[in-house]
Amino acid sequence: MKYMMFVTTDPETPADETGEGTLDIETWVNTYDAAGKRVIGERLRPLEDSTTVRRRGGKVLVTDGPFAESREWIVGFDILDCRDLDEAIEIAAQHPSAASGRLELRPFWPFEDEVG
Amino acid sequence: MTESSSRAERPGAGSEDPVDRALTDALAAERLRIVATLIRTTQDWDLAEDAVADAAERALQRWPLDGVPANPAAWLTTTARRRAIDLIRRADTERTKLAELRAIEELRGSPDPGTNPTFLDDDRLRLIFTCCHPALPMEARVALTLKVVSGLPTGAIARAFLTTEATMGQRLLRAKQKIRNAAIPYRVPTASMLSERLDGVLAVIYLVFTSAYATSVDELADEAIRLGRLLVELMPDSDEARGLLALMMLHHARRDARTVGGELVTLEHQDRSRWDHEAVAEAFGLTQLPGTARGSYRVQADLAAVHATADDAAGTDWAAMVSLYDELLELVPSPVVTLNRAIAIGMSDGPLAGLAALDDLRDEPKLADYHLLPAARADLLARAGLTAEAVVALDEAVALAPSVQDRRQLARRRGELAGDIERGDLKGREQP
Repeated sequence: MKYMMFVTTDPETPADETGEGTLDIETWVNTYDAAGKRVIGERLRPLEDSTTVRRRGGKVLVTDGPFAESREWIVGFDILDCRDLDEAIEIAAQHPSAASGRLELRPFWPFEDEVG
Repeated sequence: MTESSSRAERPGAGSEDPVDRALTDALAAERLRIVATLIRTTQDWDLAEDAVADAAERALQRWPLDGVPANPAAWLTTTARRRAIDLIRRADTERTKLAELRAIEELRGSPDPGTNPTFLDDDRLRLIFTCCHPALPMEARVALTLKVVSGLPTGAIARAFLTTEATMGQRLLRAKQKIRNAAIPYRVPTASMLSERLDGVLAVIYLVFTSAYATSVDELADEAIRLGRLLVELMPDSDEARGLLALMMLHHARRDARTVGGELVTLEHQDRSRWDHEAVAEAFGLTQLPGTARGSYRVQADLAAVHATADDAAGTDWAAMVSLYDELLELVPSPVVTLNRAIAIGMSDGPLAGLAALDDLRDEPKLADYHLLPAARADLLARAGLTAEAVVALDEAVALAPSVQDRRQLARRRGELAGDIERGDLKGREQP
């Protein structure tokens, strides 16, 4: 099962969070690249560099910034390829942003699965 | 799935008919194991439940004609497995041929339900951990556990949680979809996750138990205790599973004494001869087993055991209660525990000491609407001889009481105290 792991900020993270149980980002990436669990991942530019695109009534509307005002935003992503959700949780829980921010694991919707 | 399945889901009790009796017993013994194994082999929750329901239906047709088989449970298992194979073959699903063949092969290969001696390698345990997976919403975990593990019909679960059958059915459907779509695994968690996940399972069972008291659906309490027993059987080394079972049994043992004529009776005034002493003895035995780690359920069970083994409120070892509350506060800091600790201090060191301990909670926002805080203060004030202040505190408690029963019990107490004041006033006037 492939999961998109959104790495987001979390305004509620306590200032004294130690990050115990997590790996530094290089170790995390190297470990799970080597294990074949991390397919790809990138850090993203901040919201100021974001652009929103819509098409309404045939017209293309391009606006500056993100589509929703929020105190939490996506700062990066990784695609994980895991046996099941528990394996993905175990890997995500070692990512440094599990402690400094929060991670959301969203399963891929397989092309052939129309039932949903 | 039709309502004909309700027989398979919920073994009826006390039937005189030998076929009904044999089927009820066989389902009680094997339904969970059959369903749990079918879910693992087919990865199809609905198919597994349908296959068992169909096997029960078939038993009702065949057994009156052919006689009850020598081993009804084995008959049910075999029939349910055959039915599952039929359903897989017939199903027009997206399942690939290969997985289908593998499932059929496995279903054919192990016709006997026999237990696997390997530690924690039991389909029933896999099923419980999956139903209680933290990636499911809490209410879905509870619903799924009651439906698939306990075998309660959807309608009964809906009634217990004051919702419609359609809503509950939707909740169950969503939960099963998430299990499939997010690939929630069907296995006992790995060692690194086991302790946290077990806490989650215990929380679900305890929520079922406390819901029974919140909704007055007694059946739920019995079901929670049955689940607790099952977990102790499947995880014999877990101190917390044992602690939870003991805690629930000790609370439930008091159920008949908790109300008299529909009115609530506080622990202090309960007729202890009406407690279920057999359950108390069994639960007390559970708390006496040596444990490696004392968790919050175990400490709460010990607290309940102190009550359960005392002859009356005065004979309760309140000093022991205070130190158990201290231990509980270390494990789960909670204002409700602080409140109960203050009550125990009031019993052990006198009402003024209790009132001093309550002062810590004066500005606790979590207890702002909690009727038992002013009720406890009223009790301590009354025992300290400050009756007028106690009446004021009881007025506060009555206004916050969540149920009619609570309100009546507190109002009754208020009436008694107000009566005391009046009599005291009269006495005062008689002797100027």
